[in-house]
Amino acid sequence: MTTQEQSSRVSSLRLLAGNPVTVGSAIVLAVVLVVAVTAQWIVPFGTNDVDVPNALRPPSGEHWFGTDELGRDVFSRVLVAVQASMRVAVVSVAFAVVVGVTIGVIAGYRGGWLDTVVMRMVDVMFAFPVLLLALAVVAILGPGVTTTILAIGIVYTPIFARVARASTLSVRVEPFVQASRTMGTGHLFTLGRHILPNIAGPLIVQTSLSLAFAILSEAALSFLGLGIQPPQPSLGRMIFDSQGFVTLAWWMAVFPGAAIVVTVLAFNLLGDGLRDVLDPKQRTMIEARRRSG
Amino acid sequence: MTRVVTSPVMRFLARRVLYSLIVMLGVLVVVFALVHLVPGDPVRIALGTRYTPEAYEALRAASGLDRPLYEQFFSYAGSALTGDLGVSFRNGDPVTVTLLERLPATVSLGVVGIIIALLIALPAGVWSALHEGRLSDAIVRVTSQFGVSIPDFWMGILLIAFFATTLHWLPTSGYRPLFDDPAGWLRHIILPGLTVGLVAGAIMTRYIRSAVLDVAAMGYVRTARSKGLPPRVVTMRHTVRNAAIPVLTITGIQLATILSGVIVVEVVFAWPGLGRLVYNAVAARDYPIIQGAVLLIAALFLLINLVVDLLYAVVDPRIRLS
Repeated sequence: MTTQEQSSRVSSLRLLAGNPVTVGSAIVLAVVLVVAVTAQWIVPFGTNDVDVPNALRPPSGEHWFGTDELGRDVFSRVLVAVQASMRVAVVSVAFAVVVGVTIGVIAGYRGGWLDTVVMRMVDVMFAFPVLLLALAVVAILGPGVTTTILAIGIVYTPIFARVARASTLSVRVEPFVQASRTMGTGHLFTLGRHILPNIAGPLIVQTSLSLAFAILSEAALSFLGLGIQPPQPSLGRMIFDSQGFVTLAWWMAVFPGAAIVVTVLAFNLLGDGLRDVLDPKQRTMIEARRRSG
Repeated sequence: MTRVVTSPVMRFLARRVLYSLIVMLGVLVVVFALVHLVPGDPVRIALGTRYTPEAYEALRAASGLDRPLYEQFFSYAGSALTGDLGVSFRNGDPVTVTLLERLPATVSLGVVGIIIALLIALPAGVWSALHEGRLSDAIVRVTSQFGVSIPDFWMGILLIAFFATTLHWLPTSGYRPLFDDPAGWLRHIILPGLTVGLVAGAIMTRYIRSAVLDVAAMGYVRTARSKGLPPRVVTMRHTVRNAAIPVLTITGIQLATILSGVIVVEVVFAWPGLGRLVYNAVAARDYPIIQGAVLLIAALFLLINLVVDLLYAVVDPRIRLS
């Protein structure tokens, strides 16, 4: 690593650390992540421990978030549901990053007819609204966690392909890339050593924002009964189940929803903070096309 | 070669229309492929417990699934272009008729939603941009970021719990056609319209803010200010007016997104639109309905984007000349 690279990284970090909103959202996300990873061990009750005599109890010292219509502990269910939600979001966005960036970098680097064909295919994908495309995937493969991951992954792939391609196009013509090619280095080396590190900024920003929308998409699919299936608790399904009890037991609707809002808000704010530092010019496409549902 | 198209505007329009047609062809291929990607036999799945060899053969022949793949595609594409999208696996109704019956509910929800969104986003976005860095700007930014992060179905349920179940001001769900019962239509559309509009308004506030900020940084705004024009005139005539173009774009994109994305809100409010139709069709594995609805929604999405691009070309001289 050169001194210049080091100093630019240090100044980026300093900029990030100087923004209290960014730091705050990073801390919130760290807490959410720890909770998600350790959920199984820290829950006070089993997620499916039915206790009918204690059904629909308001929040108390014993049941922090109250109990649902079967007397199950809402707090425990929210923790485990956050874990499921994060797993779906992380795996699906990882899928979208790997596939989308590969497509975008190759299209942008290679150019020519390949670029044209690939990007027209991406355009076709963009013509499908997010949730509709996800629903179509579910219609083909049937509901479930794997389908949800695949559906959200497919939906977000074109966004990463576009961002990666646009960045690759601008980096490709830089003198240091030309110089590297002139020196006779291979394409793979040039891609790995020069292109990828220089397009990482916009991709990191996009990843943070995509995680936010992936959580919303998973919640929407689970709400519709097409995502995570019972008996595994999911935030979307908990909100769906709360519909009949909203005035009787507000806690059944409020806590799972609040868990979604806190996580999504933290990813969005972190993404904004990262964009200001890593990619000030870029306005993400994802927002224009966000949340169909 | 003869030059048929001479004006740059016409060239731009022709390119955009051609491009939309190519994308639409791709959409058609994907929608066609949908039913063939289903593991197992879609006709058999659709029939479920009603399966008999006769019913199977009848539905298979009626849906053309017994013919070669390429033949099926050309037949499907040809029929789709003439407005024939096949019949529902479920009840045998023509898909086109079903879609057209559902369209008004979705369009009225989309239009009311975008109006509410604009009523929020225009003042909030412009105010926020003109007061950049101040406390009111920070409040608008945080509030809009919050709005973007709220699941719409959750907001819908909370609105129902408050305004319908607790206060009894408005009905919990349902729909009345505008022309049959205008008052009933209004009462029923307020809550779903608010749900759609608040979320879209939060997104649009962020766009309008940055659009106004972009214009405010332009040289001609500085010139206008430095030649001594009153700030109000600079704001209205130079800044806000020029920000109208990007605002038009985002409004179009949002309207397209709303029309195509109200599935969850329609389910929450038992709203008989396209979204709920798709949802029920997915549950019932009614593939012709899913295909037809996806095709219609994607076409609407492309059409609105095309119209926005065309308006853009009319309004913005830079595009006309480039």
